[in-house]
Amino acid sequence: MKKDNLIKRFFAQREANVLIITILAILVVQLIQPKFLNYNNIKSIMISVSTDGLMAIGLCVALILGGIELSVGGVAAMSCVISGYLCLQGWNIWAACGAAILAGIFVGLFNGLMISKVGLPPFIVTLGMQQLSRGVAYILTEGSPLSLSGYLPDEFRFMATGTVAGIPMLFLIFVVVAIIAHILLKHSNVCRSIFYVGSNEGAAKLSAINVDKVKISVYVTIALLSTVAGILSLGRFNVATPELSVGAETTAISAAVIGGTSFTGGVGSIFGTFLGIVLLKVVNSAMVMLNISVYWQDFVQGAILVLAVTMDYLANKKAGQPSMLQRLFGKKN
Amino acid sequence: MGEAYLFEAVGITKQFPGTKALDNVKLQVKKGEVHALCGENGAGKSTLMNIIGGLFPPTAGKLFFEGAEISPKNPRESQHIGIGFVHQELSLCPHLTAAENIYIGRLPHKGDRIDFKKLWEDADEVLSKFGANFSSRTQVADLTVSEQQLVEIAKSVSLNCKLLILDEPTSSLTDKETKKLFEVVKNLKKEGISILFISHRMPEIFAICDKVTVFKDGNYVCTMDTKDIVSDDIIRAMVGRELGNLYPPKSSKIEEDKEILRVENLSGNRFQNITFSLKKGEILGFAGLVGAGRSEIMRALCGIDPKTSGRVWLNGEEQRFKNYRDAVNKGICYLTEDRKTQGLFLEMSIKSNMTSANLKAVSKGIWLQEKLEKQLADTYVEQLAIKIAGIEYPISSLSGGNQQKCLLGKWLSIHPRLIIMDEPTRGIDVGAKSEIHNLLRKLAEEGVGVIIVSSELPEVMGVSDRILVIHEGKLAGEVGKEEVATEENIMRLASGESK
Repeated sequence: MKKDNLIKRFFAQREANVLIITILAILVVQLIQPKFLNYNNIKSIMISVSTDGLMAIGLCVALILGGIELSVGGVAAMSCVISGYLCLQGWNIWAACGAAILAGIFVGLFNGLMISKVGLPPFIVTLGMQQLSRGVAYILTEGSPLSLSGYLPDEFRFMATGTVAGIPMLFLIFVVVAIIAHILLKHSNVCRSIFYVGSNEGAAKLSAINVDKVKISVYVTIALLSTVAGILSLGRFNVATPELSVGAETTAISAAVIGGTSFTGGVGSIFGTFLGIVLLKVVNSAMVMLNISVYWQDFVQGAILVLAVTMDYLANKKAGQPSMLQRLFGKKN
Repeated sequence: MGEAYLFEAVGITKQFPGTKALDNVKLQVKKGEVHALCGENGAGKSTLMNIIGGLFPPTAGKLFFEGAEISPKNPRESQHIGIGFVHQELSLCPHLTAAENIYIGRLPHKGDRIDFKKLWEDADEVLSKFGANFSSRTQVADLTVSEQQLVEIAKSVSLNCKLLILDEPTSSLTDKETKKLFEVVKNLKKEGISILFISHRMPEIFAICDKVTVFKDGNYVCTMDTKDIVSDDIIRAMVGRELGNLYPPKSSKIEEDKEILRVENLSGNRFQNITFSLKKGEILGFAGLVGAGRSEIMRALCGIDPKTSGRVWLNGEEQRFKNYRDAVNKGICYLTEDRKTQGLFLEMSIKSNMTSANLKAVSKGIWLQEKLEKQLADTYVEQLAIKIAGIEYPISSLSGGNQQKCLLGKWLSIHPRLIIMDEPTRGIDVGAKSEIHNLLRKLAEEGVGVIIVSSELPEVMGVSDRILVIHEGKLAGEVGKEEVATEENIMRLASGESK
């Protein structure tokens, strides 16, 4: 009886839908192209999920907060270039990473302060910082990628390219971060405040929640996640390029929204976002395996996003519960 | 059938998933009649209005307008038939002028250019009919709520509506603005336009309505001529029982020598030099006109907004709150007047709403304990007799009264020493109202300080032991102790007339 309930509750959740769709997609592709589920392909999906996934976690939290964060890709590029550039200047790579992290924290603090204390819209602030931080990357590299062949120590590269028991380190790092983020968001009182602020900022203030502090912490955390993604990309590609993660914010937003995160704040989960990014990357990889031109990737990604939102809307409309779209455009009582 | 009626609804039933919002109700409105529709929250008034307004169709039943059956499929269609709808929450475009709002979708034009001259002339003419003293070129965002309401009414009237629905039109108006609205209603009536007036407030119903229809729990109760009845008849029909005395008894044991709160020379944005004290066992009321600065005083007192000067003592100890959290930790809490936009996390669960001010109490370290959360919510749901289907349901599923009780429970969980309630029963039905009043009285008797801010004079007089009146940010006087609390006394002070 109780178990029954648990299964029912699981399928009532958005995550279940995304999981089912992901599994179905894998099965269908596998039927058409039997080579799809081989070790190398799974490994490459895992790797491609990881850095975008870190930024998707950030976006998920930003959306729950009722904000948005468009500078994730820019910050990743900036930290990638800063750590690479300093390394080429003879810095120890770990010290260079420290400097990149400081720069990332600075961007996060700036975003957070402008949004909370000054009261600017997050869309504008983070849009500006997206260009500004990528600008830093362009200035340092003067536009062309810096090769770090021979400069990066093995233990640094292991973080990004190594495997443990056949699983890429990159993916392990991502999964660990995702699990921690998921547990914190679901079960810690500090992170519960993010939901309160996102659901109703005014009410959060009148519940004696320090809204500014919550916002600043969130934007700093997101910037840190992007910084880590940038540093890991440096290790992965062995190159510091200002063109890193261009458009990563749209992928990250899609992943979060596919996973059930609401654009109006107060609703969302990391597990859903995780499934969202996995679904997107599985589909991309499937298109490669099925010999579909890469130029179709954006098209399909957009279609999946629209489809996911529509399905959610229709399903919830039938059940008589507010769907994501209704949350997006206000409730009708 | 129904030739004599302008509008008639017969056997209307509306089934929503899970609930029957309306069950075989009827409503008949004559031409040129002002007809009140009453009922507690959740009685089905809004559902019926939405059906008439074309927002959704009824599950069963028929609507007749001027004798012919109608079935409006959308708001535009019902507008076309001659039904105007002024919603409680106004729906104007704030950045356009009043004139553009009135003629939205049908702006007069010469060729392909908007004929602004004609637009403004026409709009001014319509507005002047209602005694508006602002130009139709004013941006709607710059108008007061009551002026915006006029724009909405003018819009409906200029569409030649024959039936105008006003959904709780006075809920955010001052007394003066309300009187002005009533003049408008009377003028409309003279022109033969029927008004369907939805309101909770008895004096208003008797001031302007000819007939009143009462709904309860989605059922039709009765229709009465207002000249034959008194307000108790309506209340009885609404709640289905005798209410007895509307307000709890006054305090019998005020301890004059025990001050719970003392405020001296508190000044801030929009108020100056406020000095008062609250004794143990009493309920202190704050009266005044909307915008007099009462809420601002309370917010500064709690550290929500900054104060420019002034000192605050709680139980004899001077307090220096840097922010609201400090005040909450000392046991002071403030319940907002604006429940929906400032009080509730609408899509979140009842449980999450109730624990939102006190996460520490339901956590171990940084980890929330679901058991403790449930315990806290269950405790106050039981203690305050909140009617819910389960604490996991979103708080938006509750009626206004139960939402307010949840908020009260949320703050009781911090074991407050002082509760400040701003408009404690705004938008709440009669039954829940008196429950909340009784609860406040009980808290005061248990030694918790209680301050209420209310724009409803009967409420502030009925509940408080002593009333301070605020006029334009200054303490205008006190009634209830030496001077008897009457509406006249309070209004005289609130409007700034000298003694």
